[in-house]
Amino acid sequence: MPKATEKKTATIAPSSPPPAALGQADDGSGVNRRSFFSWLSIGWLAFIAATGGFFTMMLRFFFPNVLFEPVQTFRAGYPDEYQVGEVDLRWKGEYGVWIVRNDEGIYALSTVCTHLGCTPNWLATEQKFKCPCHGSGFRKTGINYEGPAPRPLERFRITLSDDGQIIVDKTKKYQQEKGQWGDSEAFLKV
Amino acid sequence: MDGFKHLVDTLSRPTILVTFTFLIFFFIFPPSDWFEKWHRRLKFDGLWSKKSLWIITAILVGFFVFGLGDSDFRSIMLKPDNVPITGLIFLLFFFTWIAMSQAYKNDALQEAGLPVDEQYDAPNDKVLVWPDLVYVELISIVLCSAFMLIWSIGLPAPLEEPANPSESPNPAKAPWYFLGLQEMLVYFDPWMAGVVLPSLIILGLMAIPYLDNNSEGSGYYSYKNRKLSISIFMFGWLILWNLLIVIGTALRGPNWNFFGPFEYWDSHKVEALTNVNLSEFIYVKWMSTGLPTSILFREIWGILIVLGYFLVLPPLLAKTKLKGMYERLGAARYSLFIVLILAALTLPIKMYLRWMFNLKYIIAIPEYFFNF
Ligand code: FES
Repeated sequence: MPKATEKKTATIAPSSPPPAALGQADDGSGVNRRSFFSWLSIGWLAFIAATGGFFTMMLRFFFPNVLFEPVQTFRAGYPDEYQVGEVDLRWKGEYGVWIVRNDEGIYALSTVCTHLGCTPNWLATEQKFKCPCHGSGFRKTGINYEGPAPRPLERFRITLSDDGQIIVDKTKKYQQEKGQWGDSEAFLKV
Repeated sequence: MDGFKHLVDTLSRPTILVTFTFLIFFFIFPPSDWFEKWHRRLKFDGLWSKKSLWIITAILVGFFVFGLGDSDFRSIMLKPDNVPITGLIFLLFFFTWIAMSQAYKNDALQEAGLPVDEQYDAPNDKVLVWPDLVYVELISIVLCSAFMLIWSIGLPAPLEEPANPSESPNPAKAPWYFLGLQEMLVYFDPWMAGVVLPSLIILGLMAIPYLDNNSEGSGYYSYKNRKLSISIFMFGWLILWNLLIVIGTALRGPNWNFFGPFEYWDSHKVEALTNVNLSEFIYVKWMSTGLPTSILFREIWGILIVLGYFLVLPPLLAKTKLKGMYERLGAARYSLFIVLILAALTLPIKMYLRWMFNLKYIIAIPEYFFNF
């Protein structure tokens, strides 16, 4: 639309002030080219400082003052407190560990479903761990056999302390699909 | 009474329910001429008449009123989380009915050589805004807010005990709009069902305008002009998404077992669901040799099947059944389209394989977190 453009330039041109680049002295309005730039830089600096401060505060949130770090290693009593063939639920709530004893020894199973991390329930009558989220089922050994869980439950390091108590160390995990259940500390012979 | 409840429970077994819906679906939303012929013969085109709107709504209401007399049904359906699903069933039917009856009306108009309903003549293409439209909007806002207020007061969200990582509720259900995804998680590896397939759904929805180069039926309701597109979309939307939501809400109970709507949620219901991978089927059950130690050897069959499904099937279809579509869409569009469709179809395929053969994964490489 050439007509409209023409009109526009025609109306604007007379009223536009002379370009500041002509280096005119302060005309009394308080803002000339030089002071405009200094105000601009102050503005930018303030903006950068503010955003910088904001992001520093955000970063600070990643380092909380108090950390919730549950104890990773705990004493689980003496081996004879556990019955052969039983799944022991006493450490499930506090540490997320099932302790199971079979004829040969004791192992500590993680209570985290290997599918998406819900906590399965031990169903004693059916002798299986059954996850309420998508129905994964695990045998007493921790082997997955029904539902979507892609791999068996993890086992934790289990050892005996000098005074004969069981020590479960959750920092060390043993995964069956990597062939680690045969490791000496994945299983406590008693 | 009990006989009827028992019948509903039996029909709600996933194998029966899903098979039935699959079979009937394409006769209700015919994707091709052949289906359409049967669609008319079976009188399914009558579904979108005023009369069937009332009849079906009455049947649905009647079913729910009857069901609420049963304590098991009541405890599922009146749970505050699940009430929206009842609404969803009604609304889904209602909106599908509106769109489809309008489409059929337009189809008839077009057949008679008349302009479709939504086609305005240019000078009259106006909507009265003030006060007509604005008043309608105001009234709807007020009514909706009042409805939401009354709903939230009448059915408060349940306050439960504080979250406890060592105690998962049984059954632990996702929010209702994700129950379809949760159902999907049962059949696929979490990585597949949680990340890959949902992104494919989003990508697929975004791709629709680029895949669909049919300019007919744009701007007005119609069925005749876009049978295949509507049929496919409705399949994904009504069956793969909403039916799974309803199944997840009403039929999944403790330990994520299936329960009929009139069945008591017994958390000790035993179902033998021992899963078997394809490699175990082949090596252990059929050849009785035991699994080979090499991962590649073990999974080669599954890999071949999946590759064949995604790489061999599309060109094969392009040469035979889908020849017309291939010519219309061109190679690039066709490949994108067919891969998306095949990916969507893996869900019902895997559901059936699980239900019928307890097949877990076609490719199972837990060593490298890859299962399919
Ligand atoms: S989290 Fe346990 S089955 Fe999905």
